[in-house]
Amino acid sequence: MTDSSLPAGPSPTPSVAKAAQTMARPRRTVGWALSWVVFILGMIYFALPLIGMIEFSLRKRRDAYSFDAYTSVIGDPQFQATFSYSVVMSVVTIFLGMALVLPAALWVRIRLPGMRPVIEFITLLPLVIPVIVIAFGYLRMFNTSSLLPMTGSITGTNILLAFGYATLALPYMYRAIDNGLRTLDVQALTEAAQILGAGWFTIIFRIMLPNVFTALLSGAFLTFSIVLGEYVFAALLDRPAFGPYMIWAGSNQAYEPAALAVIAFTITWGCMGLIQLAGRLFPHTRAKR
Amino acid sequence: MAYLDIDHLEKSFGATRVVKDFSLGVEKGEFISLLGPSGCGKTTVLRVVAGFEAPSAGAIRIDGQDVTALRPNQRNIGMVFQAYALFPNLTVAQNVGFGLKVAGAGRAEAADRVKEMLHLIGLPDLGARYPFQLSGGQQQRVALARALAPRPRVLLLDEPLSALDAKIRVSLRQEIRQIQQQLGITTIFVTHDQEEALSMSDRVVVMNGGIAEQVGAPFDIYNRPATRFVAGFVGTHTAFDAVVTDPDAGAVTLGGTQMVLGQSLAAKRGATVHLALRPEAAHLGRVDGRETVLTGQISQVNFMGSIIRVTAMVGGTAVTLDTFNRPDTPPPPVGSNVDISVAARDFIVLEAD
Repeated sequence: MTDSSLPAGPSPTPSVAKAAQTMARPRRTVGWALSWVVFILGMIYFALPLIGMIEFSLRKRRDAYSFDAYTSVIGDPQFQATFSYSVVMSVVTIFLGMALVLPAALWVRIRLPGMRPVIEFITLLPLVIPVIVIAFGYLRMFNTSSLLPMTGSITGTNILLAFGYATLALPYMYRAIDNGLRTLDVQALTEAAQILGAGWFTIIFRIMLPNVFTALLSGAFLTFSIVLGEYVFAALLDRPAFGPYMIWAGSNQAYEPAALAVIAFTITWGCMGLIQLAGRLFPHTRAKR
Repeated sequence: MAYLDIDHLEKSFGATRVVKDFSLGVEKGEFISLLGPSGCGKTTVLRVVAGFEAPSAGAIRIDGQDVTALRPNQRNIGMVFQAYALFPNLTVAQNVGFGLKVAGAGRAEAADRVKEMLHLIGLPDLGARYPFQLSGGQQQRVALARALAPRPRVLLLDEPLSALDAKIRVSLRQEIRQIQQQLGITTIFVTHDQEEALSMSDRVVVMNGGIAEQVGAPFDIYNRPATRFVAGFVGTHTAFDAVVTDPDAGAVTLGGTQMVLGQSLAAKRGATVHLALRPEAAHLGRVDGRETVLTGQISQVNFMGSIIRVTAMVGGTAVTLDTFNRPDTPPPPVGSNVDISVAARDFIVLEAD
């Protein structure tokens, strides 16, 4: 049987198909151009204020662009002192948050799955209750005439501040760790480790921690950003933190606050880059992406 | 006393009794399967033996030692999970060596054992890979090697083949059995797949509603099921009710046909007994040596490759029979009348419910 003897099928002839293709092409081009326009508009919306701020921070010298504002900020002993203090406090807060949240999230996943909504609600409370309320609550509970007079000494106040920061970072730290754990079969991995003779220390540090490391880093960097910019706790507890310094600089200087904001942006973006880099460094996390 | 002794085990979750007075003795080197439908308590028994669940009553003894109060990490038991549960952050070699490292084995000793285990599972060159770089079958092999590496006293397999595709499942079950026999390790295998249980085990425990309905060799479980449940769960059967005419001679009447079953019956004269007939025990047409002939009409024909399953209606009862496929003989058409020959001794007498 030859091809010509075959009955005519429903498929279009080559010329019809070609015409349909030619009509579809301009439609695709318009869609492609529109998406680029939206993308460029979005970029302008986000980038313009940033470019304006960077440009402004470079105009401290009257007739030329310079890094004078940056030199002035970085050279300021108060900047150095408050920035170092906040960095140390954020590291303490990160470890405190991890020590509180990781075992709690693990325990809820393994032993108390029914309690998850309750725990999630508790961790969301810092977003609902204004920081000033928490700060005053702390001051009332731990002032010098209370049973636990933590504000009576600098170390006590620093510890109190770290706990306050950990509370503020709780929603972010819990979610980051819980999301990390969600990618694992926590129950099966824990049981597999237990039956091989492992105790809880080994399970947490050799199995869980490495597997949620990227999630932990996200939580850590979010905590770092929160601590670096936090004002209310530090101001009310009268500690020399970076947040109050930024507010002071903003109300007393012209170009330096812009330079400070650029520095803060750079740190945040650096942190985001580090999260990405960390994801690439561990071979087992490459598979999840 | 058996090497692994499960003694009057009870387990309740709230008001629900999941395992009821379960006792089982497993000899050293024996391969036992716990077979049953979902929710029958087989996995709970396994988890109690592993130490992940505390029993409500009863005791677990391994080699004479009461381990009931011990934590899972103190029992020296190996376990393979349905979902592999390989540690994603560790390589294959590190996974296999995990138990040895936890036990404090020397580096050289651990490396040798890991190498030995990887050879045993046929993956000697994959030690440097991560779990995500392996297929499902390879991952489960690694999980087996990891469980065996610390030389456990008992190996527990919790539906290890369920997540794999059919072909891999068949080849892996043969491998698991081979390795188990090679090492002589006492093994409890949990499955809901009767084919797996029958093909791999020394003995099978058929569970239903938290109790062991029958414990026996695969041949006995299939050919001499003790209850209707076992007969129905393990393999396919047609159920008949017959009336006892002579208990000592094992004579009954089935739909007016007199038969001698070849075994004496516990039921009294005039009582009803439940009989089961396996599909392979019934034959199409008249066959010498199969004296009972049932006449029926074919209602369904299922072509399954090497076997053709035929269902025929015999006096209101759907009788299922299997016949081998022959390329020169097409299956009988639906609606045709057929004779079905059965030997009376092939009827299985079930215990009354």
